[in-house]
Amino acid sequence: MRVFFNIGRYFILMRKVFSKPEKGKVYFNQTLKEIYSLGISSLGIVIIISFFIGAVITVQTAINTTSPFIPKFLIGLMVRDSLLLEFSSTIVCLILAGKVGSNIASEIGTMQVTEQIDALETMGINSASYLILPKIIASVFINPFLVIISMFIGISGGLLAAIYTEVITSQQYISGIQFFFNPYYVTYSLIKTVVFAFIISSVSSYQGYYTEGGALEVGKSSTKAVVYSSVLILLFNMILTDLLLT
Amino acid sequence: MIEVKNISKSFYGKNVLTDISANFERGKTNLVIGRSGSGKTVLLKCIIGLHEIDKGEIAFDDRNFTGMSFKQRKTVRKEIGMMFQNGALFDSYNVEENVTFPLDMFTKMTKEEKRDRANFCLSRVNLVNPNKLYPSELSGGMKKRVAIARAIALRPRYLFCDEPNSGLDPVTSIIIDELIKEITVEYGITTIVNTHDMNSVMGIGDKIIFIHGGQKWWEGSRIDILHTDNEELNNFVFASKLLKKDNK
Repeated sequence: MRVFFNIGRYFILMRKVFSKPEKGKVYFNQTLKEIYSLGISSLGIVIIISFFIGAVITVQTAINTTSPFIPKFLIGLMVRDSLLLEFSSTIVCLILAGKVGSNIASEIGTMQVTEQIDALETMGINSASYLILPKIIASVFINPFLVIISMFIGISGGLLAAIYTEVITSQQYISGIQFFFNPYYVTYSLIKTVVFAFIISSVSSYQGYYTEGGALEVGKSSTKAVVYSSVLILLFNMILTDLLLT
Repeated sequence: MIEVKNISKSFYGKNVLTDISANFERGKTNLVIGRSGSGKTVLLKCIIGLHEIDKGEIAFDDRNFTGMSFKQRKTVRKEIGMMFQNGALFDSYNVEENVTFPLDMFTKMTKEEKRDRANFCLSRVNLVNPNKLYPSELSGGMKKRVAIARAIALRPRYLFCDEPNSGLDPVTSIIIDELIKEITVEYGITTIVNTHDMNSVMGIGDKIIFIHGGQKWWEGSRIDILHTDNEELNNFVFASKLLKKDNK
């Protein structure tokens, strides 16, 4: 029963979030701030993780494909498709669910328990829309850019690993990443990213907005935000893959 | 004037407020007193509409607030200034941004006009040059003053203060009390203050309502309070052993 209660309350909150903003200019400025705090500030972790994952996929694929019947350049293709199809969208979004999701839930949760949200409501401001809408717009806008950067950095990391470890030559790797390139994979990845960005920002905001109690409950909300966002990302990954690739 | 008629509120089947009626007059500092957990904050939040009441009626200058739609309530709320127990200042905004926030949302003032208004409100609460400080850099007393400055930025008709003295030393408490009183008289605001501080009661209370166990037990002036035969109120007012010794 609790699940249905939460789903119902989530949709009621979303209706409140997507109501007409009080003052467009203030919301716009708020969205720009959120783009920085939720997106630009996550750039570092996305770059580091993508680089090393690209490198590791290259080395592991090379080690595990020792058959002389498999051309070496296919390692580049496998790295490219792994990054484009799964890693850069799903795994990066799972990482962002941890970083951004906990950030959103703890920020809104703290505002709730310190009566800052009550203060907004008392002023006659739609607190849900003012606090959550800019975060959703910012995430949906900036996450695709992060994913594109992740794809580029991951493939570059693979190239550097190939050169450094000499598992394959750079020419083989480059011809592999160009081989049978299907641009739709990028579109598919970006569609998933937009959906995941919405899940991360809205579910985390929901958890934060309905925090009751004190610091302990803020921590719990933050944990729930990460767990529920991650599970929903995996569920929707399955659904979207089925819808978009089959 | 704010009229409260027979309001009741319960949470999860437990009655927190039962059949409370009161009139809060304009230009006067109306105090709601009572022990911790007696329902003072819930009463305040019910009046503002942060909690929906189970039954009863609330009217702001003859405007029936209870029967209003969400949109209609917003117009009334723009006339309300609220000072929360811990200030409830926005952590990510500095002092000036906190005070100009309601102006950003509801006025078409220029940046300069907003800054001037913020500076005026801050000077009104005797704060000099705190504009660029963040709430985490302020003392408890400063936070309360900034909260008052933010509450009066839009020239409210109604001011609500929830335990304005909690966590403050006696000297700062008196300063905050006097500030609330001065602002109430100066701008002709209807002010409701929740408190359990007897210094506030005797210092600024024009009209006092005593809440006990979610019910209104007594109503009167600060003079009456010393001569009442209401046992619960006497227990509350003269809780201090020092006072008991002197007065009884």
